[in-house]
Amino acid sequence: MRKNTKKKIVSRPVDRRSVLKGTVMGLASLAIPFGTADASIWESFFQKHFREMNDDEKQEVIERMKTEYAEEYGVDFNIRTTNPIPGVLFGYGLDLSRCIGCRRCVYGCVKENNQSRDPQIHWISVLQFEKGHKWVNIFEEATKYYNPHEVPEEDFFYMPVQCQQCENPPCVKVCPTQATWKERDGITVIDYNWCIGCRYCMAACPYGARHFNWGKPRVAKEELNPEVHYLGNRPRMKGVVEKCTFCIQRTRENPGRYPACVEICPVGARKFGNLLDPESEIRYCIENKRVFRLKEDLNTSPKFYYFFAT
Amino acid sequence: MKPQISKVIDGEMSVVLRYFELIALSALLLSMFYVTVTAAADDIPDYFVPPPPFSEDIFPCSGCHADMEVNTTRRKLDFHENIVLKHAEEQRWCLDCHNANDRDKLRYASGQLISFEESYYLCGQCHGTIFRDWKAGVHGKRTGMWNGKKQYRLCVHCHNPHQPKFKPLAPLPPPIRPDDIKYTESASDEVPRNPLESLLKSESDHAQEH
Repeated sequence: MRKNTKKKIVSRPVDRRSVLKGTVMGLASLAIPFGTADASIWESFFQKHFREMNDDEKQEVIERMKTEYAEEYGVDFNIRTTNPIPGVLFGYGLDLSRCIGCRRCVYGCVKENNQSRDPQIHWISVLQFEKGHKWVNIFEEATKYYNPHEVPEEDFFYMPVQCQQCENPPCVKVCPTQATWKERDGITVIDYNWCIGCRYCMAACPYGARHFNWGKPRVAKEELNPEVHYLGNRPRMKGVVEKCTFCIQRTRENPGRYPACVEICPVGARKFGNLLDPESEIRYCIENKRVFRLKEDLNTSPKFYYFFAT
Repeated sequence: MKPQISKVIDGEMSVVLRYFELIALSALLLSMFYVTVTAAADDIPDYFVPPPPFSEDIFPCSGCHADMEVNTTRRKLDFHENIVLKHAEEQRWCLDCHNANDRDKLRYASGQLISFEESYYLCGQCHGTIFRDWKAGVHGKRTGMWNGKKQYRLCVHCHNPHQPKFKPLAPLPPPIRPDDIKYTESASDEVPRNPLESLLKSESDHAQEH
């Protein structure tokens, strides 16, 4: 008996690696629903990372998404993949002595950027602080749920917080799939197709600027903004993280419109421009006003400057 | 002979010099004038500023005022009773900014006239630092293109010149507290609308009514 079994062991041309590979691929193919498996699902499943795609590949993806969105939402989307403008580094200024806490920016942003209405996602949180108290280091204790009949209230002031577009973004460092990164114009973006929803970035962000789609995002068809950017306000899916992109779909054009929050602010507290242009509004703020950045001690180096104008 | 010649030459030279001086001086004066005028014009960025927000059918003021006698005494008016002055009202009265003799113009403290379209100069008389920030695009609301054509506004588009302090606003609703989330996956439920849409609609309806 023993002799027989010894003789039967023959080395085969299949090694351990190919067996594992085959098993994994086999299982993966089982995971794809064959009933509805059309080319679109395969393509989105094997879609390359945005930064590894060439222009043709991007165009293919855009075309695929257009048909997907048209089917799902009944709206024709114009999806851009506009690259950063050379020589531009975006910066933002917010005048705290003007802000009255009216939340027009919050909902202007929602309107522009197709955030889910239910479950609710807001990219801007307006924090309310009591005057004369310690504030900037303990802003977790501020409230964003204030709801008086009229603002501004006596004895309170307001600080809107959104993505600070850090030069040294902790959210990018922790992403295990490199689904989020900082672009050359300073905007930190997300490829929603590569986001696996681990929410490490949300834990890493010191500003609470990232938001998670806990459910399938829902927006009324009439309220969808069809002018979108791949890395910005295109419709998101359940289980991905999203955040402010300085309205990448508007600002990356030449000439490019101001972000939606700048445009809607009734008191003109919001300023936006190119940090590399000495003539820009944001440079004027930095050079002539007393500016500060949130949680500077964390060395995130935000490009979002708060200031108090006289 | 020599000294005579030199005298003549001196005389001619001095005449020429005198002329030259005169020309140079006038040129200098002219250029200074030109520089100040153009500098004043260039100071205001060449951005589109919409026309002043007059109440309906109120302008031109001369439509009524041309036939009226000018009364410069400070008093309670029988007309324009809806205008309540809360803008340094102790120190000021209508005719400190509105021009008495040509009502379609405003006036500086110096008496110089200024049109309603350029009223920012008038405001800038007292609010110099604000005016400086406005010119730089930092005070006040800007819309349009961050790297192209920008839409400026006159001071009076946002501030009522007679009561410049902003009136309080009703805030839009606060975010939903985590405890209050009533989310279900069923898509049949009505999707909540953006409260801004109804606000903008009511504002545009309001604007159309007026």
